[in-house]
Amino acid sequence: MNFAVLVFPGSNCDIDCYKAVEDTVGQPVDYVWHTETDLSKYDCIIIPGGFSYGDYLRCGAIAQFAPVMKALREAAEQGKYILGICNGFQILLESGLLPGAMLRNESLKFRCHAAMLSVVNTDTPFTKEYKQDELINIPIAHGEGNYYCDEAALAELKANNQIVFRYEAGNNPNGSVDDIAGICSKGGNVLGMMPHPERAVSALLGSEDGKRMFTSILSTWREKHGAAAIG
Amino acid sequence: MLKATVYVTIKQSVLDVQGTAVQGALHSMGFDEVDKVRIGKYLEVELNTDNRAAAEERLKAMCEKLLANTVIEDYRYELSE
Repeated sequence: MNFAVLVFPGSNCDIDCYKAVEDTVGQPVDYVWHTETDLSKYDCIIIPGGFSYGDYLRCGAIAQFAPVMKALREAAEQGKYILGICNGFQILLESGLLPGAMLRNESLKFRCHAAMLSVVNTDTPFTKEYKQDELINIPIAHGEGNYYCDEAALAELKANNQIVFRYEAGNNPNGSVDDIAGICSKGGNVLGMMPHPERAVSALLGSEDGKRMFTSILSTWREKHGAAAIG
Repeated sequence: MLKATVYVTIKQSVLDVQGTAVQGALHSMGFDEVDKVRIGKYLEVELNTDNRAAAEERLKAMCEKLLANTVIEDYRYELSE
């Protein structure tokens, strides 16, 4: 299984994502510069956190028009796995691959700490190795992670089971609608989340709860492609 | 040559946390008459055309596609010579 980590000017979690793939599933992984136009060899594409294009105008607003995004849209349509983390989530929202938009954290503070998430939907390629409603410890680091969508969009997200992660009840760090921490596309193959699973893949980092996201991706892909189970 | 001034603001239906913080600061300074503050973006865009109708159409597209995120923001613009 081939992984890509997109790199925009201003990405700063690209190395963490690359290392997380290496350390958790040991699959081939490449950095792909934002000017590339071909993602056909990749099965999973990760859009890392950071400050693409300096977050000028709005987080993720300029990145949505990078050359690589056309290939990313095609990959999404083909059902390939796309994981946008933090700024990557913002890019997915700005590009319309996921519904909604990001507002400043309600506290107006940049929040950088461990956060407990509830796994709401285990029926995605990214979460199948978690238990329903399991609480997992995944760090956050953002100033604009206050997910917003209107009531009609929220009802649709719920009806299609697109809410994948919520912040633990009573511990919403940014004011997001319905405590949303991560959502997926209707098809389930595109996931955007504010917390950083790539920073939770080793006890040394304070949590290993992010590991299963990467092992889920590999085992789902292998099941689909008839390859041997993760060994 | 036309000059466009574009204003982008958070929609009335969406909480503008920055505006609320500034309102609080003004109140604490004694400016009690301040009912509401909203913070937005101000952009100056120079266009190398004299065709107002075409410029408006293009500006609208710029606002919808990039300058404003219409999920959370409203925009308006003024055109001048």
